Amino acid sequence: MSATELPACEIEITNPVAPYLRQERLPHIWCPGCGIGTTVNCFTRALTDSGLDLDRVAIVSGIGCTGRVAGYMNLDSFHTTHGRAIPFATGLRLGNPDLAKVVVYSGDGDLSAIGGNHLIHAARRNMDLMVVCVNNFTYGMTGGQVAPTTPIGATQTTMPYGNFENPFNLPFLADACGAVYVARWTVYHVKQLAKAMLEGLKKKGFVFIEAMAPCPTLYSRRNRLGDGVDQLKYYKEKSKVVNGANTQDVGLTFQGDIVVGKFVDRERPTWLEAMNAHYTQHFGDKYTPYGGPHAQE
Amino acid sequence: MSDAAPVKKGKGTIFLTLEVCKGCSYCIDFCPAHCLEFSREFNRKGYHYPVLASPEDCTGCDLCGLYCPDFAIFGMRFKDIEQRRQAAAVEPLVPARG
Ligand SMILES: Cc1ncc(C[n+]2csc(CCOP(=O)(O)OP(=O)(O)O)c2C)c(N)n1
Ligand code: SF4
Ligand code: SF4
Ligand code: SF4
Ligand SMILES: [Mg+2]
Repeated sequence: MSATELPACEIEITNPVAPYLRQERLPHIWCPGCGIGTTVNCFTRALTDSGLDLDRVAIVSGIGCTGRVAGYMNLDSFHTTHGRAIPFATGLRLGNPDLAKVVVYSGDGDLSAIGGNHLIHAARRNMDLMVVCVNNFTYGMTGGQVAPTTPIGATQTTMPYGNFENPFNLPFLADACGAVYVARWTVYHVKQLAKAMLEGLKKKGFVFIEAMAPCPTLYSRRNRLGDGVDQLKYYKEKSKVVNGANTQDVGLTFQGDIVVGKFVDRERPTWLEAMNAHYTQHFGDKYTPYGGPHAQE
Repeated sequence: MSDAAPVKKGKGTIFLTLEVCKGCSYCIDFCPAHCLEFSREFNRKGYHYPVLASPEDCTGCDLCGLYCPDFAIFGMRFKDIEQRRQAAAVEPLVPARG
């Protein structure tokens, strides 16, 4: 082999994701082949491409393996109680309307089980939040209990003979409640996921992005589906991109076909815009619209 | 951050912090140029880690970096490395022939 050694690099070359991570908290706790870290790469890529002022971006997580994301991100980050990331983020969004973006980053259990009520109402009100839901079909952190997303037939610790409960079709739920942007990608689709996150960062109103990710330790192993990489191969093989798909048709089944894509992208006044418009109409000049210097951007 | 000095072949190369790799194989399976392979050796945690088996095929596209859930690997194009080197005003690289 006649490879030519470069002279030792005088410049420091660092991983492009490094500046976005709290280095002192690494290495992270996630298992080998867990897909959560991959979604974080996509998110950092989206942050770079968005050009947003990172001092005005906040990230909020609930509890769970995915809930650790906020703690690893080198942003203003908040690790809240289980299921309460959305109400916390709502308070942050409204308390400081000058923030460029408030991102909620959490798991399927956190967002759609204990936090399900918050999810539907934030979507209904079109609260200006970007929600990233890492869907691994299980409660990872607590040992693999059945989640509202677990497909019928999948075995979980609390469903030892297979799940018989009908799971949520999360994009349909978010769409029906009024989200203005709804997309689903898997961690196989890294570029598309990063692009959806970029679009989400730029979109005003309630954005819901489902990121399907393997939990090899508790979901795959219990269902004899191999390692994380085997789930990615499944995503690759069974995914079909249907942008604009009717969200009613994108429900998931155990190891079945997956519809991915951008399903919803529409305009609707955000909660704050609606409130300001409403009171301006009622009170005219006597009403001072609420919002910071950047709120009208 | 990276442990290895790049070997100039192909359009780019990888940088690996091999002690944080957990051997998940995402990078190896989804490198579009199929230029990575598992090492024979183990890292300190006991995992096989990726090695650049066919450096001439690496484009430095950083898809491995986008996949790696442990932030262990990333790719970079020689063009960009060179640009940074020039920006840092260090000695320009003499294109060596082997
Ligand atoms: C009020 C409350 N109830 C229950 C729990 C236990 N708990 C912690 S994480 C979790 C579920 C996590 O599942 P998910 O949100 O899908 O995250 P994952 O670990 O799968 O990423 C539960 C039930 C808790 N911490 N607090
Ligand atoms: S338990 Fe599952 S979700 Fe949690 S870190 Fe491990 S693989 Fe990831
Ligand atoms: S930089 Fe691109 S071509 Fe090179 S190893 Fe990584 S994924 Fe493969
Ligand atoms: S993707 Fe990262 S953790 Fe997985 S084998 Fe490659 S370098 Fe190691
Ligand atoms: Mg989960």
